Amino acid sequence: MTSLRKALFYRIDGLVLLLYVLLVAIGITAVFSVEHRSTDPSLIMMHKSYMKQVVWFGYSLIFGFVILLTDSKFFSSFAFLIYTAALAVLLLTIFVGVDVKGSRSWLGVGSFRFQPGEVAKIFTAMAIAKFLSAPETNFKTMRDKVIAAGIALVPAALILLQKETGLALVYFSFFIVMYREGLPNAFLIIAFSLVALVLGTLLIERRTLFIILTVLTMLISWLMRWSLRRYMAPRIIIVSSFIFCILFSQVAVPFVFKNVLQKHQVDRIYSTLGRDVPDEYSKVQGGTDKEKINASEYNVLQSKIAIGSGGFWGKGFLNGTSTKNQFVPEQNTDFIFCAIGEQFGFVGSAVLVLLYLTLMLRIVYIAERQRSIFTRVYSYCVASILFFHFAVNISMTIGLMPVIGITLPFLSYGGSSLMSFSILIFILVRLDADRQALIR
Amino acid sequence: MSTAANPRQYVISIIFIGTAAIILARLFFLQNFEAQYKIMANDIAIYKKIVYPPRGAVLDRKGKTMLSNTLIYDLMVTPRNVPKNIDTVQLCDALGIDKKKYISIMRRVHERNIDVRQSPFMEQMSEVQTARFQEISYLYPGFELIERNIRAYERPYAGIILGYIGEVSQQMLKRPRYSSYRQGDYAGLSGLEWQYEEVLRGQRGIHYLERDKFNRPSGPYKGGSLDSQEISGRQLELYMDADLQEYAEKLMANKIGSVVAIDPQTGGILAMVSSPTYDPNLLRGHDRAKNFSTLYNLPTRPLFNRATQAMYPPGSTIKPFTGLVALNVGAITPSFGYGCRGSYGACRRAIGCEHKDAGHAANFRLALSHSCNSYFCHVFRMTIDYREFKSVKEGLQVWHDYYNSFAYGRLTGVDIPYEKGGYVPDSAKYNQMYAFNWNSCTMIFVGMGQGELLLTPLQMANGMCIIANKGWYYTPHFVRSIGRNPDDSLLKQYHEKHVVLNIPDSTFNIVQEAMQDVVEHGTAAASKIEGIAICAKTGTAENKAIVNGEVIKMQNHSMFVAFAPRENPKIAIAVAIENAGFGSTWAAPIASLLMEKYLNDSVSVKRKAVEEKMMNANLINKYVYTIDSALRAHDAMVYQMKMERKYFADSVQHAEDSTKYRRWIETKILKLRGKGIK
Repeated sequence: MTSLRKALFYRIDGLVLLLYVLLVAIGITAVFSVEHRSTDPSLIMMHKSYMKQVVWFGYSLIFGFVILLTDSKFFSSFAFLIYTAALAVLLLTIFVGVDVKGSRSWLGVGSFRFQPGEVAKIFTAMAIAKFLSAPETNFKTMRDKVIAAGIALVPAALILLQKETGLALVYFSFFIVMYREGLPNAFLIIAFSLVALVLGTLLIERRTLFIILTVLTMLISWLMRWSLRRYMAPRIIIVSSFIFCILFSQVAVPFVFKNVLQKHQVDRIYSTLGRDVPDEYSKVQGGTDKEKINASEYNVLQSKIAIGSGGFWGKGFLNGTSTKNQFVPEQNTDFIFCAIGEQFGFVGSAVLVLLYLTLMLRIVYIAERQRSIFTRVYSYCVASILFFHFAVNISMTIGLMPVIGITLPFLSYGGSSLMSFSILIFILVRLDADRQALIR
Repeated sequence: MSTAANPRQYVISIIFIGTAAIILARLFFLQNFEAQYKIMANDIAIYKKIVYPPRGAVLDRKGKTMLSNTLIYDLMVTPRNVPKNIDTVQLCDALGIDKKKYISIMRRVHERNIDVRQSPFMEQMSEVQTARFQEISYLYPGFELIERNIRAYERPYAGIILGYIGEVSQQMLKRPRYSSYRQGDYAGLSGLEWQYEEVLRGQRGIHYLERDKFNRPSGPYKGGSLDSQEISGRQLELYMDADLQEYAEKLMANKIGSVVAIDPQTGGILAMVSSPTYDPNLLRGHDRAKNFSTLYNLPTRPLFNRATQAMYPPGSTIKPFTGLVALNVGAITPSFGYGCRGSYGACRRAIGCEHKDAGHAANFRLALSHSCNSYFCHVFRMTIDYREFKSVKEGLQVWHDYYNSFAYGRLTGVDIPYEKGGYVPDSAKYNQMYAFNWNSCTMIFVGMGQGELLLTPLQMANGMCIIANKGWYYTPHFVRSIGRNPDDSLLKQYHEKHVVLNIPDSTFNIVQEAMQDVVEHGTAAASKIEGIAICAKTGTAENKAIVNGEVIKMQNHSMFVAFAPRENPKIAIAVAIENAGFGSTWAAPIASLLMEKYLNDSVSVKRKAVEEKMMNANLINKYVYTIDSALRAHDAMVYQMKMERKYFADSVQHAEDSTKYRRWIETKILKLRGKGIK
């Protein structure tokens, strides 16, 4: 069989690997530009982050090479086993994790530390792929939809317990995959409506929103008056959605803000929207409250200053005054995009965004050319994770979204992040290389 | 699975593309249309550092440095880097402070700055402190010595000429000259430092530095491409001879007075002494204010530049000019003689003359060399009463015009500040003094350099230049070239030749001849230098002081003016020593020693005794202190009177006000009473 096919090297998707290497290189350059000082004696300084990142890239390539040499059947065969092991590690992390800035999401062995939440994405993706590709699974049934959602959300719940909200939210991106595999279209509409409702709840004063919702409902009822007269279902849908919206905006959100969310989360959400935290949601009484809000706004402001000051062409390589001088917090990790935005301006940022878009669309293309469902679902998982990270990370640096700590794929400094994204990509490439093989 | 393409892949692709489009749109607006972020980025990250270049040096005519810069050290501290357990006792010992002071300084540093920034701990440390700290500095991380430039006077001479620098004051900042200065900048406050401030200070550089979030500079912004480089101050090359200046100051030690020596051919000032002198190094560094007030309050007033600001009656040293004018207007001829018998009695009061022997004023030459008072008083009268002038007023005006053209009675324009112009009386002055009722007898003393006539030593020396050059002079000035460029625009005015009212050379020859006689066998015969033809004139100026409301006649000022050699003159000199006696006793030997030193480069062994006598003589009279304190008491009294007048005026005003008020009340009461009666 193998003798008839081309060698593995020729079956690898070159474009994905090329984009991968490009993005990692841009990332190392960005970290370098932030860390480099004109007074440095040489470029190679092992204690600097960019050199560590280079080393991690080396490890990633070695790991990727090993993956490419692995039989593609391995991934589907061991998917559930690894997934279960990952869940166990996640659970363990809650108890033995290292406390970093209030979250227990890091495992430490000696000086080496890594974040299981980052890596668990891979195994979750494989588990979902395995489940959806199983012959006995019928995704049209409610039971299997719930199981699939469960596979995605159990690790999210465990990560939430580690108080790492950003990472947990990533797991919601698997719903994009499930949409592709047959969630009803209504799911999309409901998801968008929900987002609109949430934004409305946060931005609009509660009584005004109540009036708007009522007027909107009456308008829709008037438009649908003919069908409302004849059928029962529309009546139920309209009444129930109206009640849901009212309950959500008037009862649930205030309750969550008051009792569930942490203070910094409330601050972040409101600082993103450019609003002061309403008095009723303020957790701390007294004057220190205001300063805290300013502190969280400070991050976004500094990030916007860095990107905004880049202008159209940018300030030029190594000339980023804001990023180089540590004005932007989390400079090398979550806010690495600032370095690109400041030094290379709109042109550089746009090129970077287009590189990401190309990569994601390419992965969707790869997914659609598969005969194997496992590979297809897995590819969509990779695309969705990338999309979520990319969209949320860049949006938060330019003030479109709240600051939630997730990394920019391939660019952000950090071994766990680079490693997990590398593994995702290499497994994808490995599986894609066997697309002509027998259906599993 | 279906073979047809699943439409949902397009929905997902569109979501991806849509999100990317939203992000791109936001980026586009953020980076191209929201300019405030650029401004904010520059505000937070770019630090404008002003770099002060070293001030220009000052060299003498032989290229010896007189004023340059030296390094001193400030001790800086970064509180965060100071360990908790340092040995403060040793540090305090090295710096010569006690622990209490250490704690108070550290507290002040803490209050003023965040503790990651460097703050001054001790400024302008002495050499001893610096050396002792350097030995133990390795024990004190967080403490650092920072170099700074301050002025260094190579020798403790010529302080009043070179001047000093200090921080610009609020009042100075309001003037246009200091518009480019900021508070805390240094500028020349007196002397050449003030006059040539623009030259000496150079051009400040602006360096743009990036700073991090702790406000610490982290490196040049854009590789320094926007920086403007500082330009060092240009140096001044003077005409002054540092050795001559030093010698002159030594000769003038313990005397009150001044010496001015000018090169007649260029107008360059070779030496200028205002005695008592002070060590200019006192007026720099952090003790400047303290030392300044000490010097300022000394009764001998060392900060007062007597060479350009003190106005003396010139005494007999004016006689060559009296004669010059008289000869030139034609009032006398060189052979004119006057039969002086020891006094002049043509006017109502008798004017004494030193000489009684007949024929000592038989002609101009003899009269000048013997310095006959009667002769020159008479000649002066003859000048202003000369028949060609319609009135004594016109005669006085002609005489006044001549003196003005000698730069008497007006500023010479020397290049150090606060010059005084002396005083040459004119008819307006006498109209005011004598209510229009005056004649040539009224002002007869002016002819022998007394009365209303006042000159500064600089003017006297410049007068010698005019006679030496036979009718022209350059404005006396110190600076020969700026940065080796003698044609600098600032020096243009000093290259302009001033020609005095057309007096022929023959007239000057007569005066020069007479002045040479003064040294050869006249009043200054003791001050002869072998092999050099000196022309000179001694002077003994009477002067008075008002103490406690009484006019007291003080001891005479000792005056001497000279130039040498007669042909091709190289030095013109004026020496004035206050209240020292005859001009020939003190001023003449000093001037002669200086001329010898300058012309022969050394003083002959024969004259060492004279030199020693001059150097060791203490001619500061005790009553200087009395008179000075009397002057101060007078000032205080004047101030008190002024204040009392003000209080008086105020109380009168109050009294008036209260009277008005009482009247107003009374009228009210009257009206009320009127109503009540009704």
